Amino acid sequence: MFEAKLFEGLKMCVAVPAEVWKIEGSEAILDYGGVKRKANIDFLEDIKVGDYVIVHVGFAIQKLDKEEALESLKLWKQILEGEGL
Amino acid sequence: MTDFKDRLLAEKIVETIDELSSGRKFRFCHVCGTHEYSITRYGLRSLLPENVEVLAGPGCPVCITPAEELDKVIFLANEGVTISTFGDVIRVPGSRSSLAEAKAQGGQVQIVYGPQDAVELAKKNPETDVVFFATGFETTAPMTASIILNKPPKNFSTLVVHRIIPPAMEFMVGVGEHRFDGFIAPGHVSVIIGTEPYQIFPKAYQMPTVVAGFEPADVLMAILMLIKQITDGDFKVDNEYTRLVTDGGNPRAQAAMEKAFEVVGGHWRGIGRIPDSALKLRDEFSEYDADLKYDIDIGEVRELDPRCNCHLVIIGKVHPAECALFGKGCTPRGPRGPCMVSTEGTCHIAYRYGRT
Repeated sequence: MFEAKLFEGLKMCVAVPAEVWKIEGSEAILDYGGVKRKANIDFLEDIKVGDYVIVHVGFAIQKLDKEEALESLKLWKQILEGEGL
Repeated sequence: MTDFKDRLLAEKIVETIDELSSGRKFRFCHVCGTHEYSITRYGLRSLLPENVEVLAGPGCPVCITPAEELDKVIFLANEGVTISTFGDVIRVPGSRSSLAEAKAQGGQVQIVYGPQDAVELAKKNPETDVVFFATGFETTAPMTASIILNKPPKNFSTLVVHRIIPPAMEFMVGVGEHRFDGFIAPGHVSVIIGTEPYQIFPKAYQMPTVVAGFEPADVLMAILMLIKQITDGDFKVDNEYTRLVTDGGNPRAQAAMEKAFEVVGGHWRGIGRIPDSALKLRDEFSEYDADLKYDIDIGEVRELDPRCNCHLVIIGKVHPAECALFGKGCTPRGPRGPCMVSTEGTCHIAYRYGRT
């Protein structure tokens, strides 16, 4: 099965970001850019369809904070342009 | 988040590192196989100015899993127990053999993506004993905890060999002869444990620590932040990976670990015993503890092939290329030691991505 081969190849520690497509109790169906796979979402609160999560060995461990990501990039660009360093 | 991969951003950060470091020597230590992968894969060591060095600490969980524990699961596989494990593990040599060899000789060895798959395997095959070989750091330990807490079937048990990172970082500070100036703390371990456990490093050891993500810009920015702490004389725990890491980490994952495991001293392959660095199933879950369930007879333990330098590679004392076997007697296809087998092993990464 393509899916099985794809995930067997992934290293233990790399957690790939995926979009929450459907929620079914303790599990969510995640979309990894085309490939769909279930993950346990027991470790997270307030998960909604459309959220991005990172998954590790079948469990979602964190929701990607998009605002925080954009803030980081903004801040870094400022620092690199000589302000605040 | 493709901006974090941006080449121009990476180069700008390196320029700033060059200016800020102004020729002064800096050495930083990471403890994460995936950081070593990013650093090598993206050529960050050649991108960085010569006065800034990054050394690889014991961040490969499969590499530090004791030979004795591997011997146990190999024994069980030969005794008709189905061993379920992560892919990397099956080719790692134990004292005499490997799970791959046991499989070739008829043993039941099943690669799984996660512990839930191992439980499913046990449920689908109630007549077979299934043992899940629970390797990994704090990024995988909560998942083992979760499946144990959810009462797996009676034919399921686990051999827990989880290790935890902050004690290994303390060990690295204590190793003494080679000094470094700061820690690049692991990204996804920190998603689980938060940034609080690293406070001991600036507070007790004057050791700046920055949690970093895995894109080139993440790692480089963390290095810049470390240098800035040092030039400012302000040592603290800082977080470059704010889009995923919070100070408190993941409370539910931590709670699962706390319920299922107690912290004990543990052996790290090639290093020896590090106090309070291993997880053990609590007594109330002993029915799922493969160590107790089976009468395991493994004979003499041989930690490493005598010519293997993994024990020095994992503490950053020897670079893979300095090992006489690297690329000659030892390659990913014919490995002599765990560092060459695991995709997070420093030697494996150097061999696959670090040679031009």
